[in-house]
Amino acid sequence: MSKRFLAAALLFSVSLAPAYAAKTSLVVGMPIEPPGLDPTIAAPVAIREVTWANLYEGLVRIDRNGKVQPMLAKSWEVAPDGLTYTFRLQTGVKFHDGSAFDSADVKFAFDRARAPNSTNAQKQILAPIEAIETPDPATVVIKLKETSGNFLTYLGWGDAVIVAPETAENNKANPVGTGPFKFKSWTRGDRVELTRNPDYWQKEKTKLETVTFRFISDPQAQVAALRAGDLDAFPNLSAPELFSEFQKDARFKAVAGNTEGEIVAGMNSAKKPFDDPRVRRALMHAVDRKSLVEGAYSGFGQPIGSFFSPNHPAFVDMTAVIPYDPAKAKALLAEAGHGGGLSITIKTPQMAYASRSAELLSAMLAEAGVELKIIPTEFPAKWIEEVFRGKDYDMTIVAHAEPLDMDIFARDNYYFNYKNDKFKALIADAAKTTDEKARFAKYAEAQKILAEDVPALFLFQLPKLGVWNAKLNGLWENSPVPSNDVTEVTWSE
Amino acid sequence: MLRLVISRFVSLAVTLLAVSLAIFLILEVLPGDPAAIMLGTAAREDTLAALRQELGLDQPALVRYLHWIGGILRGDLGTSITYKMPVSTLVGERMVVTLPLSLLAILISTMLALPLGVAAAARRDGPVDRAVLVFSQLGVAVPNFWIGLLFILFFATRLGWFPAGGFPGWNAGIGPALQALLLPAVALALPQAAVLTRVTRSATLEVIGADFVRTARAKGVNKGATLRRHVVPNALIPVTTILGLQLSFFFGGAILVENVFNLPGLGRLAYQALNQRDLVVIKDIVLIFSGLVIVVNFVVDIGYAILDPRLRSRP
Repeated sequence: MSKRFLAAALLFSVSLAPAYAAKTSLVVGMPIEPPGLDPTIAAPVAIREVTWANLYEGLVRIDRNGKVQPMLAKSWEVAPDGLTYTFRLQTGVKFHDGSAFDSADVKFAFDRARAPNSTNAQKQILAPIEAIETPDPATVVIKLKETSGNFLTYLGWGDAVIVAPETAENNKANPVGTGPFKFKSWTRGDRVELTRNPDYWQKEKTKLETVTFRFISDPQAQVAALRAGDLDAFPNLSAPELFSEFQKDARFKAVAGNTEGEIVAGMNSAKKPFDDPRVRRALMHAVDRKSLVEGAYSGFGQPIGSFFSPNHPAFVDMTAVIPYDPAKAKALLAEAGHGGGLSITIKTPQMAYASRSAELLSAMLAEAGVELKIIPTEFPAKWIEEVFRGKDYDMTIVAHAEPLDMDIFARDNYYFNYKNDKFKALIADAAKTTDEKARFAKYAEAQKILAEDVPALFLFQLPKLGVWNAKLNGLWENSPVPSNDVTEVTWSE
Repeated sequence: MLRLVISRFVSLAVTLLAVSLAIFLILEVLPGDPAAIMLGTAAREDTLAALRQELGLDQPALVRYLHWIGGILRGDLGTSITYKMPVSTLVGERMVVTLPLSLLAILISTMLALPLGVAAAARRDGPVDRAVLVFSQLGVAVPNFWIGLLFILFFATRLGWFPAGGFPGWNAGIGPALQALLLPAVALALPQAAVLTRVTRSATLEVIGADFVRTARAKGVNKGATLRRHVVPNALIPVTTILGLQLSFFFGGAILVENVFNLPGLGRLAYQALNQRDLVVIKDIVLIFSGLVIVVNFVVDIGYAILDPRLRSRP
């Protein structure tokens, strides 16, 4: 028996050996296939996870720590009034089709994204722009109508990458950017293949020759593909219950980081009893976030007390503002006139994190005398129609995946129906504040307001469960922007 | 014969038209706005309106229906809302996975079921018969996606003989492509093979008991020749009926199996399109699936006429 085992082990190691020699290929798994490869015309995160920083580049980029770094703009100056941005561009940069990159491309890309018929999903980030001037091929001057505190951060997003006028129209199927990798092929339903861009302007950074993104939606199939060696990495595994097995397996590195997605149980503040902040606070007091993360996501995922990503430097932990306290929950409910109990519903989409969280919430709220009935709904189609647009709900639960999206609580007509003039003024003020320190202070204050006022039950940050081959270096642990930047990924010998 | 073909053909066309109308009406009442799904929750109202106009979603229902049917009659399946590609291209790319997968499964299923069923019937209650009954009982009880999961665990993860899923494309060569399709095809085939085995067995048993078989044996034809020449051809008629019905199960089952094995087939495309409310793609795929079933039934009807000469004279 042991002899046979030894022979098998030997055979196994021999058959794997050649794969280790100076590997320059990478196969990355993703749960969802992008519906196209142009991040400037549609919202899905999967588009950015293939293309951002790999195929396309912006004037600036967001690095793995969430900070803004120079990219196609090597430097910039902001006028003291915060209304004029002068970008000095990298020279000698070429698009994948061989055409040169210059200031005209920047003007084209931004004008296209903010045009009236544009379908850019984050058009509002470019809304402050008044005019774009190109005094010479290596300089771009952007004049704003009003100051925009996060303007540089926004320019680092996938929605603001630079595309060329000759090729932009076909980017959805045949992407052409300035990035370290070129598009090779797309077998729809299965994979996208990229190859190294030999003319890349910082080519010394890149070691990989080929990168393949494979799309595997079934969590079991994801795990099987990793174990069988069909994939080198799955940066965002869909099976939290199987993640710890990879943590124990020396062949893999398994890292639980943060995404930009906050999982919140939004409440319809225009509807009774949620118009009463005491009720919302009571419900928050009834939730044991730690047990919830344990049950809904196998303990991975950071509990949150407000609506702000832990990846962002202005993040403040607000979980202590309204801690788990069932007695207090009951007292607050009684004070609000619901001492005899309360019956509410939660519209729950099919995602595993949502349905599991809803079941746990239902059990936790029951302890406080609140009956929470689960009504299943389908995300995105039915949810967007019923909850998001129709606002026909008591409570619901989804992850909000966009970075820096705290302002959704300040938007009129958003599905929370939340109205807080103080918060709205603060967010508007923060948006215009160009001084980073002052802006971050305002974000901290805004986080506090939400934590105290609880327009939604703040549950936990959706984790990024990354699993990759132990010999692979350079993948991101967190995703401060939706991305799978593989520019600097390398294999150890 | 010709009259039979023509009358069946007319009913085929009428059914297809009725199906197309049903599909369109069902999708009309299905909640979900494709533009809102594409642009996410941060999109502004004017951006949504721009996309709806681009997609032609602002047109009245009747116009959209006629546009769809008119396009199909001209061979144009329209443009996918999410992929922004011609649906014919998308379907073509997926067909080269789903069609070989289903055909391979049908082949495996028939190759297993016919010999097993006939062998079991030839010696009723013998050891072969008993083994076949156990196999068919198991096959009927176990769903194909579960068989698929077991196969992946054993043949791909444990033994490493097959990839754990995915499809390298036919460009990678016949070998790797067939290797990727074999496990899913077997998983898809086994439950149907079990059903077909039982039908073959009972049909064969029924014919074995018929008078003309006794006559043949009485005239001195040996057992094997009787089976080959008289029993099997007659038993094939009910078997063909079941096989025809099963074809739709093969296409439907492909959706589940394609998901488990992560194969980029029509089933996966349909699932994804439904999620994204890519109405153009859903309509086309449902119509194609229905069309396949209708056409297969048409072929089975004609097949009866070929297998059973008596049917040729009475349409």
